[in-house]
Amino acid sequence: MSVSVGKYEMDELRLVVGSMVILSLATALLVVMPYMLLKDTKPPAGLKPYTESQLQGRQSYIANGCIYCHSQQPRDIAQAPDALRGWGRASVAADYAYDTPHLLGTMRTGPDLLNIGARQPSRDWHLGHLYAPRAYTPGSIMPPYPYLFEVRKGEAKAGEVVVNLPPAHAKPGQVVIAKPEALALVDYLISLDRTYPALKAADDMAVDRKAAR
Amino acid sequence: MDLTVGVLLGTFILSVLALFVFIASMAKGLFGSGGAAAVQIFDKDEMGAVEDPAATKKQRGNLQEAMDPGHAQVKGNSREVAARLRADQSSSLVVGVCLTLSVFWLVLASFAGLIASIKLHMPDWWVGQAWLTFGRIRPIHLNLVAYGWCSMAGIGVAMWLIPRLLKTELVGAKYALAGGVLWTVGITAGTVAIAMGYSDGLEWLEYPWMADIPMIVGGALVGFPLWLTLLRRKVEHLYVSVWYIAAGLLWFPILFLVANWPGLHFGVQQATMNWWFGHNVLGLWFTPLGLAAAYYFIPKVLGKPIHSYNLSLLGFWSLAFFYSQVGGHHLIGGPVPSWLITISIVQSMMMMVPVFAVAINQHLTVLGNFRALLYSPTLRFIVLGAMMYTAASVQGSLQALRAVNTVTHFTHYTVAHAHLGLYGFFSMVMFGSIYFIMPRVMKWEWPYPWMISAHFWLVLGGFSVYFTGLSFGGWYQGLAMLDKDIPFMDSVKLTIPYLEARSVGGALMTLGHLVFALHFFMMGWKFGPRRLGAALLATPEPEGKSATKTLPARGVSA
Repeated sequence: MSVSVGKYEMDELRLVVGSMVILSLATALLVVMPYMLLKDTKPPAGLKPYTESQLQGRQSYIANGCIYCHSQQPRDIAQAPDALRGWGRASVAADYAYDTPHLLGTMRTGPDLLNIGARQPSRDWHLGHLYAPRAYTPGSIMPPYPYLFEVRKGEAKAGEVVVNLPPAHAKPGQVVIAKPEALALVDYLISLDRTYPALKAADDMAVDRKAAR
Repeated sequence: MDLTVGVLLGTFILSVLALFVFIASMAKGLFGSGGAAAVQIFDKDEMGAVEDPAATKKQRGNLQEAMDPGHAQVKGNSREVAARLRADQSSSLVVGVCLTLSVFWLVLASFAGLIASIKLHMPDWWVGQAWLTFGRIRPIHLNLVAYGWCSMAGIGVAMWLIPRLLKTELVGAKYALAGGVLWTVGITAGTVAIAMGYSDGLEWLEYPWMADIPMIVGGALVGFPLWLTLLRRKVEHLYVSVWYIAAGLLWFPILFLVANWPGLHFGVQQATMNWWFGHNVLGLWFTPLGLAAAYYFIPKVLGKPIHSYNLSLLGFWSLAFFYSQVGGHHLIGGPVPSWLITISIVQSMMMMVPVFAVAINQHLTVLGNFRALLYSPTLRFIVLGAMMYTAASVQGSLQALRAVNTVTHFTHYTVAHAHLGLYGFFSMVMFGSIYFIMPRVMKWEWPYPWMISAHFWLVLGGFSVYFTGLSFGGWYQGLAMLDKDIPFMDSVKLTIPYLEARSVGGALMTLGHLVFALHFFMMGWKFGPRRLGAALLATPEPEGKSATKTLPARGVSA
């Protein structure tokens, strides 16, 4: 070994210090700075906090992994025709003021859902669609969620919500009843509506950015 | 120019400069070979001697012939080799346990992945059980792969490399063992939680905090012996694999702890944190462990040192620096500050620096010796994995470009890319490493060499179908979604044949894993013929003794 160990050598100290400094930089950039910039984001006037039932539905959305096929972040019209598909304007940070955990999503195996409540406000449609997606959207590859429903021969009891399936898909003498979890999930889906103007929301953000500087 | 942007640009340039000064400070003369550190994985007579415990005697002969025909066999009785034997023995229990668990998780994860894949083109299949719904079985697949198979295998391989590379016995193996047990408890609890619907809802971070705690403590306990061993090292230079392992074992618990801290993150900030974690778990955990293994096994099998020590320095530090900041490219087009996206795109392109440093280093070491791949099962997996590392990284950089990302974001193309990295690169390298390590741990040869070939061809064939199918399908899906005149449902329908192809590929991969697991457990039970000679270790038998009498010498080798 001709080269002796000198001061110019990769050693434990350099390793620990170097790797920690680099990780801190990245954390400052991607975690701490967004934290400081966004922590005072005001909810836009048009956005209401979730109700108890909607929050339960949101939990169900998480539990059943809707996020793995559906995004909640329409892109700008300059980048993609999301708005032309009825998915809504490009979203801004303030639109998510009540959204923890965030559900932005990474896949569009199904459509974006940030404004699903605005374009499909019918509870009947959503319940039926969760029970039998292909009865409403031929060719859909969404799984049905039979475990959110109870199928029974005979009549529904008072206070139970019956799913009104399209005639071709309903079985005579049999009722499909939505369990509370299905009702909460649909409550949440219908609440997804960020159609109030974005400008206001964007303004709120700009103000906050200046304040944070 | 906006003030924020100006400050960020200035900081960026300064920090890149600082990075290169820092790297230069460690390179002994920028253009020297840094040879001393690179050759220390060999003992004094070992340069030129090939080594692959997974190879048959015939393969090993051919391998030596291909590399350095005249090289005399290494004597198995030098002091250094005896020290290495002690190093191997000190880690064998914990390595054996980690790798066995990893193979178990691999099989479970493969089935979870296969079920998820089939469900995408047969949506009415197996829908009665909540835990089998696509939205649960898919994250179960991801978490079992990431924290079960990949992490366990990576930890096992790292635990085996550390004492070898530091030429000392593993100190505190019992901590690592306890850590492995806690980690397993965490994975089991977390997976059951997802199945029952108790998910945190963030990709890569689905496990609820109750499951995270044993994993964080377990991860720290696994890292502990490394540092204890490091303090007692008997080598002058820290070999490049040690840097990667040591840094990875430091980074991961911090990442995991910050990301899972309850009540800290919110809304869009949580989204940037999510991808800070999601990409760092690849870049600062799996990639370092995979590269550490490749940096050891490629030169070790070939019997020649890596091409350039200085390049590996550049590769290591620039990987840490650039990779750690690329996470924002998962949110291109999303509701996050645009400077953050821009920085992540820039750093994604800068990733070319470490990628080419590693590529040049590893590929130039192999260059001219491709015949060796025919004879060494270990090398076949690892070199292929190293090539896919280059491919996945270059693809990743390009995918971060806005124009490309606009097409591929939200599509199956991204899923194919993720598998090129974690499967094509990382898992392949782990397969190769396990083939090398297990004969040492078990003191037993792989019973049926044909099963290694079957494993290789099944996963290679399966993965080729998987990757090409999903890449094309995803790209067409992205183009369709961008065309406002094409109904959204058409973008779904057109992917069906590609999704079916993915299931075929995935089934072949799963079959390959079953072959691998079966072989692994057969070895565990010491099945198979005892082959002539202590062929196992390429260890020359002590003069004049016949093969069958040399069993105690197994494990000595080089």
